[in-house]
Amino acid sequence: MKLTLKIWRQKNAQDKGGIVEYPIDGIEPDMSFLEMLDVLNEQLINKGEEPVAFDHDCREGICGMCSLFINGEAHGPDRGVTTCQLHMRMFKDGDTIFIEPFRAKAFPVIKDLVVDRSSFDRIQHAGGFISVNTSGNTIDANTIPVNKDDADKSFDAAACIGCGACVATCKNSSAMLFVSAKVSQYALLPQGKVEATDRVLNMVHQMDLEGFGNCTNTGACEVECPKGISLENIARMNREYLAASLKG
Amino acid sequence: MAQSAQLNASILKKVAMALSGIFLITFLALHVTLNFISVISENVFNEVSHFMGYNPLIQYVMQPVLAFGVILHFVMGFVLTAQNSAARPISYARYNGAANASWSSRNMIISGLVILAFLGLHFYDFWFPELSYKYVAGEAPNATRYYEDLVHKFESPVRTGLYCISFILLGFHLWHGFASSLQSMGMHNKYSRFLSKVGYGFAVVVPAAFVIIALFHHFNN
Repeated sequence: MKLTLKIWRQKNAQDKGGIVEYPIDGIEPDMSFLEMLDVLNEQLINKGEEPVAFDHDCREGICGMCSLFINGEAHGPDRGVTTCQLHMRMFKDGDTIFIEPFRAKAFPVIKDLVVDRSSFDRIQHAGGFISVNTSGNTIDANTIPVNKDDADKSFDAAACIGCGACVATCKNSSAMLFVSAKVSQYALLPQGKVEATDRVLNMVHQMDLEGFGNCTNTGACEVECPKGISLENIARMNREYLAASLKG
Repeated sequence: MAQSAQLNASILKKVAMALSGIFLITFLALHVTLNFISVISENVFNEVSHFMGYNPLIQYVMQPVLAFGVILHFVMGFVLTAQNSAARPISYARYNGAANASWSSRNMIISGLVILAFLGLHFYDFWFPELSYKYVAGEAPNATRYYEDLVHKFESPVRTGLYCISFILLGFHLWHGFASSLQSMGMHNKYSRFLSKVGYGFAVVVPAAFVIIALFHHFNN
């Protein structure tokens, strides 16, 4: 395949940055998108140019590290996949492909296509956990009865890998799908109910502090989420927050 | 330590938007019902309009509540839009919004601004003359003037066209707004799918009824 890549290049956080065009040839349809970028980088290095910086780690759709906004969509045109699971057969020979970093005030660009997603970590630190006494008297979680439907929904919410595609694709840069998944995975379980009020108040407060936008229920996040996190979680978080507001 | 709920929290702003939206949806249902009477009976329309115009509960309680709801909905809309724009200071070179969200959901501010402009025209046509009649000129109540005033307004093809375009944009606004308000209130259960369909029906039937009323009076007179 012969392609034209239009890639966002930015030396550092202070640099203004801009789109740079790279023609590339010899791309196999069965290559992953990241392998295609590896080929490009090899060519750039051989020419003595700076390779394109991009995030990646597990390359099997588990870690949530790879990002990229490809031809106007988070993780590209495929559904239910991360960028490392996106294959070049989704494109046609001769295509022009725009490759940009995830854009949000809360995800500042570090270099080229690499963005700082530590705002998600700070939201997690604000309440995405349960407090457990580990002195040796901890009750085995398996001895606590949990409704099967709740357990399944909690597990579905916990599938969120925190990649940030929801923020990147949302026209408002809202982080509601991510935060609601983290709130829901605990809110649905007995162990999580103890700190439920503090959790939702603290996590939403931190989310607002980070400068994410407001959810307008377009549903784009659910469509683009590689793990299929449901909008149901956002509705649940709204309920949790309203209930917590009345208590606190 | 737990944060206390902040009045300016993003979720509470969305709830305010949803509550005012649901209130305005209820008002629209009442408004279209009363307006449709004008297509059926001139006399009944005059009677109903006179009742609405001089009933103290409607004039001094419901009207201010309605005004508050309208202002709250628009102000919150502008505040949320400004915050959402600030949340992405650098735009994408290519953004394919149509790939994952409907036009109506992505352009609520556009349909909302058209509705706001329409409200200006609507107040100029009906509300300001009504206030002038009652409180500036101090005219005596006349229960037979409403139908004639209505018909007179729809003589102009330009005005009728502007009303119809506004109603179509109102339809787009409601198409997303109805279900969105329920989601913002935390509703997502076995009834949600049915209620969304009710919302889509409302978004088609109510604006279509307004369009029919405008066209009926334009062509009938």
